[in-house]
Parts: sequence; structure tokens; C-alpha cells
Amino acid sequence: MNKTALASQESTGKGRRQSVAYARGNLLTAKSKAPIIRAVDVYKTYQKGRLKVPVLRGVDFQVEQGEFSAIIGQSGSGKSTLLHLLGTLDVPDQGEVFFGEERIDNLKAIKRDRIRNQEVGMIFQFYHLLPELTTLENVLTPKMISTGAFRYLLNRRQYIERARMLLELVGLGHRLNHKPRELSGGEMQRTAIARALISDPTLLLADEPTGNLDSQTGKDIMDLLQRLNRDEGVTIVMVTHDNEIASQADSVVRLVEGRVQKSRNQAA
Amino acid sequence: MYKLMLAWRYLRTRYIALASIVSVTLGVATLVVVNSVMSGFTHEMHKRLHGILSDMELMSPGLGEIYEPRAHIEEIRRALDEDLEALSAVVRVPALLHQTVNGRMITQQIILMGIDDQTYSHVSDFTPYLLNEQNRKQPDFQLKKGGYDGRLGEVGWPYRTQKAEFEREQRRLLEEAYGSKVTQAQPEVKAEGQKESEFAFVPIPVSPPVLSTDDESGNPQQAAGDSVMPQGADPFKAVRESEHTQIFDPATQQHPGIILGMALANRKFRDPETGDVRDVYINVPGDDIQITLPTGGSPPRPTFALCTVVDFYESKMHEYDSTLAFMPLSELQKIRQMFGPDGEGTVSSIQIKLKPGADLEAAKEKLVAMFPPDIYPYQIQTWKDVQRPLLAAVQLEITILNILLFLIIAVAGFGILATFFMIVVEKTKDIGILKALGAPSRGVMSIFLSYGLSLGFVGAGAGIVLGLLFVSNINEIAGLVERLTGREVFDPTIYYFSEIPTIIDPFTVVWIAVGAMAIAVLASVLPARHAAKLHPVEALRYE
Repeated sequence: MNKTALASQESTGKGRRQSVAYARGNLLTAKSKAPIIRAVDVYKTYQKGRLKVPVLRGVDFQVEQGEFSAIIGQSGSGKSTLLHLLGTLDVPDQGEVFFGEERIDNLKAIKRDRIRNQEVGMIFQFYHLLPELTTLENVLTPKMISTGAFRYLLNRRQYIERARMLLELVGLGHRLNHKPRELSGGEMQRTAIARALISDPTLLLADEPTGNLDSQTGKDIMDLLQRLNRDEGVTIVMVTHDNEIASQADSVVRLVEGRVQKSRNQAA
Repeated sequence: MYKLMLAWRYLRTRYIALASIVSVTLGVATLVVVNSVMSGFTHEMHKRLHGILSDMELMSPGLGEIYEPRAHIEEIRRALDEDLEALSAVVRVPALLHQTVNGRMITQQIILMGIDDQTYSHVSDFTPYLLNEQNRKQPDFQLKKGGYDGRLGEVGWPYRTQKAEFEREQRRLLEEAYGSKVTQAQPEVKAEGQKESEFAFVPIPVSPPVLSTDDESGNPQQAAGDSVMPQGADPFKAVRESEHTQIFDPATQQHPGIILGMALANRKFRDPETGDVRDVYINVPGDDIQITLPTGGSPPRPTFALCTVVDFYESKMHEYDSTLAFMPLSELQKIRQMFGPDGEGTVSSIQIKLKPGADLEAAKEKLVAMFPPDIYPYQIQTWKDVQRPLLAAVQLEITILNILLFLIIAVAGFGILATFFMIVVEKTKDIGILKALGAPSRGVMSIFLSYGLSLGFVGAGAGIVLGLLFVSNINEIAGLVERLTGREVFDPTIYYFSEIPTIIDPFTVVWIAVGAMAIAVLASVLPARHAAKLHPVEALRYE
């Protein structure tokens, strides 16, 4: 079933699919390409009451196209904050974030909203599905956000078809009209992954995607992410505190107290 | 799209928010009901006030007279030109009405109007309020054989004839029993008309067949002559049977006709046993009454007249029904001896009706310019001037009620504000999710604004439906309340209408709905702004 789904996705794929195929075909050479997202010397401090808590203290980080990268660190090491900066959910106090060649940390809110909607897919530890909406509607949410009501209604069938296909891809073809509270943790995370993929993003950011799941389900999710990276060529940045999970990534960046401690390339 | 969808989902799943708009619903419903009933009342009141008052009048204050009314009418016609619809001259004079109830005389103060039956009904709604169906078409101050309102029972000529014959028979029996002196010794057994003839009232000649002299048996000599004469040898028989008789027969003849205000002759009271409201009539059409009134000229002297009640006037405005009585203009002029030096009858007021849509105030200014107050002792006033205190009071009442009720909706607005803040707090995480998925702040804000709008829409819609249902069934509801509480909502002994008048003004209803929705939206602005300002990362962290 997955194979037919993938095949259908291939057939509906547009220009970007070719670049994915290119990336997949040139896995080794792809690593030397320009990074898809890059943080340069970013600082971030949170205000907690009267205390200033420095979270990131000059982090450099970059991911290349087609790479599966993991950020690992203890609680409070700033790994989630870094991910938020990469996903334009937050802006750094100091430093720069580039998406491709474009600097994105100083863009207007409305433009960052667009990047978040179109170019980046996000997965969270607590799934963060909207409880009022069904699985299918949750997956369609980013599409609803990006298109106006009229255009959405016009292209509804097409969007729904794509959402259905993505849900089948993550193995939830039979749960289209269930509300999140009727789903298990793994199923909710799969829905979140399908939602992250609906806008056809260049980059997938995952914040402890297995953190709230039992080990078997966690492993299933990791398999799914790896398959997406390998078969679909989706660039993934994953935050985790689990060394074993992190070891499944191509590259691992360790954050300690807001600084990059060590970078190693597993694929190399 | 997601905005509409989420607002819709929130609307369907958050019943507590629906509870918060119940106050909007009730406020809107109350506003609709109150405005409908108030405008019903006002309309009814305007209609009645305006109906009897004519649009405008040129009057001589107090007992003053307008000499040469025909010349005045010509002048007014010239001044108002095409705005003018109709004119009618009237005499208005305070008078005393004497009625006899069970042999006892009661006296009430009235305003006696002398009207021209041809033109008066063109300037004011007079005829529709009469109780005789022929009079409703064309009033003529003649007692009718029938066609009176069913409430009155059998009145008019049959009643009058029967009454006169009964009294004659009664007198005959008394005379048989006590001899001929009984008519003098027992004057109270006579009909009112006969007894009241004791007043030394010698009116100026009136037109036949309306006669002011007494009938044959009221004359003591004649009555005595009657009783001693053997049957068949009546020397007055020929006179009595002649067509041009001067002898007044109450069974077949009437005094000058008078139309009384309903409340002058009618008393409503509640039967202590059954609790029903019953009508009692002091007089009915066919009875005779006496009036005392001042003559024209100066100084005025009291004068008297006998009249026959020919109809009742029921405008359902208590103020009018309990004070007004109407007589033919010419009769009243004769009784009051209102004649100018040239012999033309004088009047006390000229009533004017304007064409529909004509400017009342402009017309008034034209008349004031024609009859400057520093030269002419006239008062020129529109019907609104006459009833200004009442109209102003009602208008103030409506305004204050509307303000108070809108305050209720405003209170409901604060309820929505509080509920919305709760919902925003509850939905903090969802707002974070939406923002993480790329929803702009404006979009998040519009979710809550459209949520507020749709709550307002539902609230106002339900309120309007409720209000309209209430208004359309208001009489049934009043009946139900009566049965439940045992108290009458509208006591018919006080209010003349049996049904509550309502008018639904679509413009008012729309205005109320828009106002309520605006309040709901305004109340949701603050929570929506709060939601829009939420930081996505912090919102996502919220548990």
C-alpha cells in the first residue's frame, strides 16, 4: 500500500521532486552543496521574572539538503530553542539565520509566517493537533492557512486527495475522520507528520518526536522519518535527548549549556 | 478558511459561550417586544389624539367668538391654498350635563361641541367612533330606529316609544288611583324630559319637528282637562292629530339631538361575584337629557336646553370619551344666541385639515402671518401643540427604555468578554499550533472576531425570533399571565383596548440586531487581540 502511495506521490510530484531524485542519486555529493538552513552565531536569552536566562550562547549550525540531522542535549541545553529559531517560530537576540541564501531572522512577521507555512514542516513531542478537527482536517490545516477560503473551496478535492495520500503514506488511511482524542499517541504523531508534509516543505523540524511514545511506537516513528529522508529526500532536523534515537541520524550536534560541544558526521 | 472552520467548530462545541449570549438573546427579545408594544401604543395614541383634534385649528380662546366665520374660512383657504384638504367651523363651549338616574339628577362637566355634520367628519375622525351604523356613514343627529351597537341592547326609537307609552300608562294608573292631582303631587314619576320642563326655558324658535315645548300631559291644566273629559269628547283631539301640531309627543318626537361621549353615559364595574366587567348605562340613545351652558355675548348668562341622546361617541381615549358631547352647530348657535351684528352665526374655532404630506409647521406659520397674534385674539395651534406634554412624555419614555435595554445588552457584552478570555486562555495551545503552522496574527485575531460575530448573530437572531414570537402572541401571553396570576394585565375598566396594540418596525428590528452584533464583536476585540499577540513558542509550551 505504501509503495502504491509513494508511486502516486511520485507521479503527482512537481519540479521539486526532480531535485529530490537528484539529491537521492547524489547522496554523497549532496553533502557538499550549500546548506539548506544555517544559523550563524545565534544568541538567545529568556527573561524569567527579573532573571535573564541565557539559552543559546553563540551557536553555529547548518544542515544540507537531504540530510537527517539530530540535535542532542540535556534539558535546558537550548536544543528546542535552536529548533524554534530555525523554524522562524522565534527570533535570535543576536546572530543570523539563513534559509538557503535568504536571511530569515529579520524578516517581517508576515513573511516568516509564510516560510513557516510553506517551506518548513514541524513535528512536536506533544503532537499539537487541533482537538476540534478530524485527522483529515488537521492535515489540511496548513493548506487552509495558506489559501483563501474561496480558492480553498475551489481546489478542495485536490487538497483532500493529497491529504488522504499522505495519511496513507504514514499508515493512517483508515483514520481519516477520527478526532485526535480517539487516536493513540503514535497515530497522533503520524497525523502530525502528515500535516507537516502537506505543504511539500523543504525542511522538516522534529522536536522530540518520540519523546512521548513507548519504545516500539517511537521506533516506528523513527522508521517513518528515516524512510521519508531516504525515499522522499526530505531534509530533517530532529531534536532529542536520547543518544540511541540520535544515532539513527546522519549527523549529530550536541548542545551543552547553549554551546555546540561536538559535531560528528555519522555518514562520513 | 481555517478561520471560518474553527470559529464554526468553536461555536458548535463551546456551549458555555452560547450560555453567555443568552443575555444578548433576552436583551434583544426584550428590545423587540418593548419597541413593538411602545410603537403600537404610540401609534394608537397618535391616531386617537390626532383623529379627534384635526391637524390644526384657529381658535378663539375661552368663550371668545370668531365673527364672520365664512370670511375667515375664505382667508384661510387663500392662505393655505393647495395644502388645504378641508375646513370646518365648530363651537366649543364648556357646559353642564344633567342626567337623571333612578329619579335623581346627576350633573357632569362637559365640553359641548357644536359641529357641522356635513364638514366636520372631513377634518377629524368623528364618524368612525360613533356607535350607530347609519351615523358612521353620515351623522345627522336624528334618533334612529335601529343599527346601534349590540352592547347597548334595543335602543333608539323603539326604546323611546316604549318608554313614553310606559310612562303615560303609569301616569294614567296613578291618576285613576289618586285623582287628577297626582301629576302635580308626584312629579318624579314623569320622564326626565317632562320634569325638566319646569325650568323656565324659552328657547328661540327651533325648526320642526324638534320642539322644545312640553307635551300635553306635562301641562297641568291640560292633564286635568284630559282626565275629566269623557272618552271620545277630547277637544284637543283634532289638534293632536293635525300634522302641524305644536304639542310634543315623546313617543314620536325628539329634542335636538346630542351625541354623548361614551364614558359620560357608561359606567364599567366589576361584578363582585363573577369578576366579569359589566357595563351600566346611565343613558341610552332615546333618553332625554338637559344641559346648562353659557350664552354667547358678554357677560355670558346661563341657559338651558333639552336634548335627546341620539348616539354615543367612543374614541377609546378616556380623556375625550368622558368630556365631549356633540350637537349640531346651528342648534348650539341658536341656544347660545351666537350671532354677529350681521346675523351670521359665530363660531369659536375653525378646524383645518391639511393634505397628506403637507408641512404642519409651515402651514401654521402661514396662518400666524395672516392672523398676527398682536392684532387678532386668536390662538393657532396644531394637534401636536395641543398634546405636546403627553407626546413628549411618551417619547422620553421610549428613549429611556431603549437606553436601559441596550445597557442590558452591554452587560451581556461584558459577559462575552469574560467568556472569550476564558476561551482564549483555554485555546492558548491551539493558537500556538496555528501560529506554528504559519497562521498570521491577523488570522488568529479574525478567528475570534468572527467567533464573536457569529455568537452575536446567533444571539441576536434567536432574540429577534423570540421577540417576534412574543409580539405576535402577546395577547395570548397576557391571557396566560392573567390565568396564572389571577390578575388582569390590562384592566378593561381602566384601559379601553382589549388587545395590546403592537407595531413591528423592520428598521428598528434591524437596528437592534446590528447593535447587538456590534456589541458582541466589540466584546471579542480584546480577547482576540490578546490571542493574536500570543508568542507561538510560549503558547505551545502552555499546558
